[in-house]
Amino acid sequence: MADNEDTGGPSVSEPLDLVRLSLDEMVFVKLRGDRELKGRLHAYDSHCNLVLGDVEETIYVVEEDDNEEETVRTIKKQEEMLFVRGDSVVLISPQA
Amino acid sequence: MENSAPTEGKDPSVFLSEIIGAPVIVKLNSGVVYKGELQSVDGYMNIALEKAEEFVNGKLRRNYGDAFVRGNNGRSILFSPV
Repeated sequence: MADNEDTGGPSVSEPLDLVRLSLDEMVFVKLRGDRELKGRLHAYDSHCNLVLGDVEETIYVVEEDDNEEETVRTIKKQEEMLFVRGDSVVLISPQA
Repeated sequence: MENSAPTEGKDPSVFLSEIIGAPVIVKLNSGVVYKGELQSVDGYMNIALEKAEEFVNGKLRRNYGDAFVRGNNGRSILFSPV
């Protein structure tokens, strides 16, 4: 539409601009399979392939005990550098 | 969408560009729901949301100042009736 110019500021006109603005900043990434990453965004492309540095990976594992009660266990991992294939990315958010 | 009167054969992307800035609800296949202000959408249906709230099983899980949601994940965008 005609009034569509520069909605929400001049720098975010398409969704990937939000990712571009996060280059070299800390980002939160939600992945398929109940995994989350926090790290510095070094590179990305249109498939959402990502290169992250100083990454903390959090994996949520649902475990069922003998009483069929479900508990969520979190596993944390540290990685120096990580390549993420874009098809597993669900969400990317700049970290405040 | 056969609701609004003054539309004449508009395509869905026109509708999406019209609701930029509006509060929307985005539902992922996984059942996770995001509520926020629609910042932008592209041809892949990648979505940028502002002031997004993440709901898992109906409960508020997290808040994002800005959030980019990747355009696969097959889901729906609902125009929130606020």
